[in-house]
Amino acid sequence: MKYVIWGLVLLLLVLHQDFWFWDDATLLFGFMPIGLVYHAGISVAAAATWLLATIYIWPVDVAEDAPVS
Amino acid sequence: MIQLTIISIYLVLLLILGIFSSRLFKGTSKDYMLASHSIGPFLLLMSIFGTTMTAFALVGSSGEAYKEGIGVYGMLASSSGIIHSLCFFVLGVKVWTLGKKYGYTTQIQFFRDRLESDKIGILLFPILIGLVIPYLLIGVMASGAVVNSVTEGAFATSFAHYDYGIPPWLASLVICGVVLVYVFFGGMRGTAWANTFQTLVFMVLGVVTFYIIAEDLGGLKAASEAVVKKNPSKLMRSVAPEDQARYEKSFAQWTTMAKYNFASKKLKSISLTAEQKKEAYAAFKPRMPNWKLKAETIFAKKNGLLKQLSIAQINDAYVWQDDRIPPETIPEDWDKAELTHESIQQYPRKAGAETAGYKIFADKIGHPKKLMDPENPKAGTFWTRKKARGVYRATKWAPDAPHHLDPWKFLTYLFVPLSVGMFPHLFQHWLTAKSASSFKLPVVAHPIFIMIVWVPCVLVGVWATSAELNGRAMFPPHFPPNAVLASMVKMITTPVLTGFLTAGILAAIMSSLDSQFLCVGTIFTEDIVVHYGGKNRFNDKQIIVIARLFIIGIVALTYFFSLFEPRHVFTLGVWCFSGFSSLFPLILAALYWKRLTKAGAYACIITAISLWLYLFTMSDYAAISNFTINFGGESFVSFTKPGQQIAPGIIQTMPVMTMIFGSTLAMILVSLVTKPPRQETLDRFFPAK
Repeated sequence: MKYVIWGLVLLLLVLHQDFWFWDDATLLFGFMPIGLVYHAGISVAAAATWLLATIYIWPVDVAEDAPVS
Repeated sequence: MIQLTIISIYLVLLLILGIFSSRLFKGTSKDYMLASHSIGPFLLLMSIFGTTMTAFALVGSSGEAYKEGIGVYGMLASSSGIIHSLCFFVLGVKVWTLGKKYGYTTQIQFFRDRLESDKIGILLFPILIGLVIPYLLIGVMASGAVVNSVTEGAFATSFAHYDYGIPPWLASLVICGVVLVYVFFGGMRGTAWANTFQTLVFMVLGVVTFYIIAEDLGGLKAASEAVVKKNPSKLMRSVAPEDQARYEKSFAQWTTMAKYNFASKKLKSISLTAEQKKEAYAAFKPRMPNWKLKAETIFAKKNGLLKQLSIAQINDAYVWQDDRIPPETIPEDWDKAELTHESIQQYPRKAGAETAGYKIFADKIGHPKKLMDPENPKAGTFWTRKKARGVYRATKWAPDAPHHLDPWKFLTYLFVPLSVGMFPHLFQHWLTAKSASSFKLPVVAHPIFIMIVWVPCVLVGVWATSAELNGRAMFPPHFPPNAVLASMVKMITTPVLTGFLTAGILAAIMSSLDSQFLCVGTIFTEDIVVHYGGKNRFNDKQIIVIARLFIIGIVALTYFFSLFEPRHVFTLGVWCFSGFSSLFPLILAALYWKRLTKAGAYACIITAISLWLYLFTMSDYAAISNFTINFGGESFVSFTKPGQQIAPGIIQTMPVMTMIFGSTLAMILVSLVTKPPRQETLDRFFPAK
């Protein structure tokens, strides 16, 4: 799972370069520039990827994670 | 006055919150600096997000979008959504675990321990403080400028020099005072509560402002379609052919005006008779601030009066019209070829050139709420000094050329947000967490929060490029981008919303200033006074007093520096971030690479800061705002020169990339050829699972 999630992070960084909408001024929904929609999608995908990371590859064991006192 | 009342109420609310949170203060230095490691997920998310989002979140994002188009969202926001969370996940959790185990309060304590070097603190201390101070200055100066801008005309006779609004120095003083009060009394706990409140304020007000502006511009669709029609390049990252054609036409008109202006005013070689002027004015229909000059220019051109100018005189005219400093020695080809727009821009613009507008429009400057001619209300109200400067810029300087966003610059900008890995104030926030699990919410929600704040602001900035008011463009050419959002709200909404938005902008500024002031005070106390004075020399109460004194000192020092209004302070932001990013390899290696040695760490820091200083000097101390390191073209490597527009096909890279590669290489090479850390140290930081 570790490799899958870090692979997703790497994929996000590649997709962030946006190879499709660099020259495109199309408006989606009548008002949203397509390039902005694409990058807002990247933001949502980043949140989803980090959610997976916190579920599957969280670096701290529960035993280690007692609140500080 | 309404705006001023709302801002005042907001600041009082903040003070009340600060005093309330100070009642939760437990009286220990651990509580003052780290809130006794008691911050849960929601408070941690809000305080970290509030700290990383500066004035740039609302004002800068809309300003950059106004200048560069929607590409800034990908370059600055969605990239940060990935990288910031990466830093929280990879560095923050690990730092918290070690901090809990060994009782760290500052970065320097961790590095001294991990690298077995007391002197690493002496090297890091001035670098960290030196990079934080300009960052603080940006916040303090921005708060003064914003309050001054929205309170124009609030006073009947006072502060005429500041357009009858609150002077920036006074607004900055009040903001510094408010932040000082709640940080002084509440410490980290007060800061965390204030950040949470302020983050909610600026997020909600940002979204509300977006909807109200959209409605006032005729709805979401109308606002965006106006951009498609007038400035399509702002909706993508390359230059639309129609924008290029529009610019070329506009620049050609400017060159004609420069020739006429220079010939008639400087050389005195052209002088239209009263009859000729009358004929010129009759033939010219539009009425803008400088319509008479335009009419005379067209008349002079039509009648061949401009043909008498030599090429050298034409070049003199361009440099003079654009307020550039003429070359000290005249170039060889000065009388052989006309300067292009790019070659005009290689000459730096005279500092404060736009203040000539005060003299030219002296009869129009006055109280912005009083009519110029009470018997003729159509003449409008008096101009502010800002407007006089703006009209001067718009009517005298050459139009800006549209430019593309280079894909390589876009790619290498990804290195800038790595700075959060080394921000000392964020490091301190990480250590406040109640448990490692507290990090889960910030890691996941941070990219979404960035999107909520940035998407509306970027759209508003792009809309501003094409918005109209009473049939005229809302913003003239050369309008200061960072003033776009506040000006737009002031022009098309009510004073109440303007007051609330200003409170939101101040919230974004103060939620960063507080953490930075507290952090600098903590570093001085823990890493200098307590470390060198001896841990047993001071009791806990004395340590709190020392920290508070240092916080007062750093607030006073920052405010004092802000009074000098240092040039280029706003372009310093990316350089501060780049400096912190260049040290990112050090924190990453310290946490994950056993082979990192003391010498390797020194090599990393010295290389990073040497490269930073060298490249900062090459950028003319941030005066070249589009400074990049370029690969390809005539020479393999070159630096951007003043005014230079890099041609497509040449690889442009942000200076931060070179800094990070350099510091990483030095760190690895030196670590590999020097003695590894002691086994006891490795056992402390890399315990067997």
